[in-house]
Amino acid sequence: MTLTPRSLVVAGLLVFLALVPAYVAATGNAFLMTLFTRIIILAIAATSLNLILGYGGMVSFGHAVYLGVGGYAVGILAYEGVASGFAQWPVAIGVSALLALIVGALSLRARGVYFIMITLAFAQLVYYFGVGLDRYGADDGLTVYRRSQFGELINLSNRTVFYYLCLLLLIGTIYLVWRLINSRFGLVVQGARSNDRRMRAIGFPTYRYRLTCFVVAGAICGLAGALLANHTGFISPATMHWTRSGDLIVMVVLGGMASSFGPLIGAVTLLVLEELLPVLIRLLASGFVEPQVAVKVSEYWQIVLGPLFLLVVLFARGGINGLLEGMRRG
Amino acid sequence: MADALIEIDRLTKHFGGVVASDGITLTIPQGELHAIIGPNGAGKSTLIGQLTGEIAPDSGLIRFEGRDITTLPVYRRSALGLARSFQITSLFLDFTTLDNVALAVQAHAGHSFRFWRNARTDAALREPARAVLAQVGLAQRADELCANLSHGEHRQLEIAMALATRPRMLLLDEPMAGMGPDESARMVQTLKALKSRLTILLIEHDMEAVFALADRITVLVYGRVIACDVPAAIRANAEVRKAYLGAPDEQAGEQVAHG
Repeated sequence: MTLTPRSLVVAGLLVFLALVPAYVAATGNAFLMTLFTRIIILAIAATSLNLILGYGGMVSFGHAVYLGVGGYAVGILAYEGVASGFAQWPVAIGVSALLALIVGALSLRARGVYFIMITLAFAQLVYYFGVGLDRYGADDGLTVYRRSQFGELINLSNRTVFYYLCLLLLIGTIYLVWRLINSRFGLVVQGARSNDRRMRAIGFPTYRYRLTCFVVAGAICGLAGALLANHTGFISPATMHWTRSGDLIVMVVLGGMASSFGPLIGAVTLLVLEELLPVLIRLLASGFVEPQVAVKVSEYWQIVLGPLFLLVVLFARGGINGLLEGMRRG
Repeated sequence: MADALIEIDRLTKHFGGVVASDGITLTIPQGELHAIIGPNGAGKSTLIGQLTGEIAPDSGLIRFEGRDITTLPVYRRSALGLARSFQITSLFLDFTTLDNVALAVQAHAGHSFRFWRNARTDAALREPARAVLAQVGLAQRADELCANLSHGEHRQLEIAMALATRPRMLLLDEPMAGMGPDESARMVQTLKALKSRLTILLIEHDMEAVFALADRITVLVYGRVIACDVPAAIRANAEVRKAYLGAPDEQAGEQVAHG
C-alpha cells in the first residue's frame, strides 16, 4: 500500500481508535470512552448501510430499524431472563435478517423514490410497533440491566474489553464488506447499481442478488444494534426513528459512498462534530455575549453542521474519502 | 422448417392506439444473418424487445429451438443463448472495459452466490473476457474505464458483451448507430467474422452494411412485414421502394434502390 493522504488518515484513525482506552486509563476521561464506543458501533451500522447504499445503489431510508430490532432482541431477552449473549446475539442478527428479507422482498420490486418510501414506511411501522410494546416500556424504552453474558469467554461489563470487542467487530465488518464487494456476488450487486437492464440482458436474475445483499446489510446492522443496547444499557423506539436512519445516510455520504473506510470516517466526523460544535460555539460566543446567552446560542450548532454537510455533498462527490483521494492527484 | 432457430408466430403488440407489431410471422434458420429494415417507428426495436423478453406481446408466440419462450423472463432467455446489443449504448460506465465483459462471462459461469474470492483476479472469468475483447479489437483498451472509451469503441463493446454470454443467436439493435464511415467499416468486418458461426438478427439503417451482410432481409412498415426475401429481390421490390420513398427519410430509399 502506497502512502497517500487517504491511507495516512485511515491508518491514523485506526491507531487513534486503538489508543483511546490507553488515553482514558491515563487521564480518567471516561466520557471519551463512551463517545468512541458509540462512534464505533454506529460506524458498523454505517458500514452495513454502505453495502446497500454505496455499492448496491439501494437508498434505504429505514436502516436504523435494524439497530432497534437488534437492540430490542437483547433487551427483551434480558428482560425475560435470557442473559446469555450466545442466545441474544444470534437472535438479534437473525430477526434483523428476517425483517430485512421481508422489507427487501417487497421494496426491491420498486425503483428510485418508491423504493425509498417503502423502506421508510416499514421503518415507521416497526417504530410504532415499538411505541406500542407496553410490556417493554412502550415509548419510554426498556432498560437493559445486565450486559450480554458470555460465561468465561469474555466479560463485556469491562468497558475496555467491550470497547476492543466493538473495534474488532468494526474492522471485521469492513473486511467482510470488502471481500463481499470484490467477489462474484459483489460485482453482480454493483453491476445492478450501474445498469440493471443490461445485467438482466446478459443473464442475471438481479433481484435475488440485491435481496441477498439487503439481508446481509440488515443482519450486520442488527449486530450493531445488539452492541448499542449493551453499550447504553437501554433501548427505546427512538433508536429506530427515521431521523436516526437519516443520520446513518449522512455518515455514509459524508465519509464517502462505496469506499471501505468512508462510513467510519463519516461516523467519526459527524459524531465528533456533534460533540465539538456546541462547545466551540459556546466558547466563541462567550467572548461577545453573556455566558447564559452563549449557552443558548450553542444549542443551534446544527446551523453550522448543515452547511458543512451541504458543502461536502456539493463539492466532494466521494465525500471526505473522495477529497483525500483527490489530494493525491493534486 | 427443421433447422429453424427462432420462429415468430403472429406476434402482435399495441401501445395505446399504435400498432407496433401487427401479426409478425418470421422464421430464421440456424446460421442466417437476417436483417430487418424499415422507416423510423416501424416497430423494429419493439420486435427485439419482445424477443429478449423486455416487452410482453399482446398475442402471438415466440419459439427458440422449438421451445415456447413467449413468457420467459429476460435472464432465462439469455441463459438459452439469446443475446442482444442495445441501440443506445447500455454499459457499465463506472467499470473497466474488461470488467464489463467479465461480468457477461460470469453471468453464464454458474450462479454468482460466491461471496469470498476476488472475482477480478479470477482467471476463469478474465481469460475468456480478454479473448472476446480481442475478437472485437478492444484488447488494448481492456483496463480503461468504460466511460473513457469513444463512441465507436462503445459500440464494439456492446457486441463483445453479447458475445461473452456465448450465445446461439445475436440480436443487434442498430450496431452502427452514430458511427463514422471508418468505424462502420470496422463493425462490418466484425460482423462478417461472426456471420455463419452465429445466427444474427440485425436491425440497421446503414443500407450499405445491410446489403453487404444480410442473407435475407425483412422489411417492416407500421409493424407489418411487407416483404421478406434475399437482398437482390428486396432491392427490386416495388412495394419496398414505395414504402421507403413515401417515408421522410428519402436517402434510405435511394440506398435501397442503388445500394
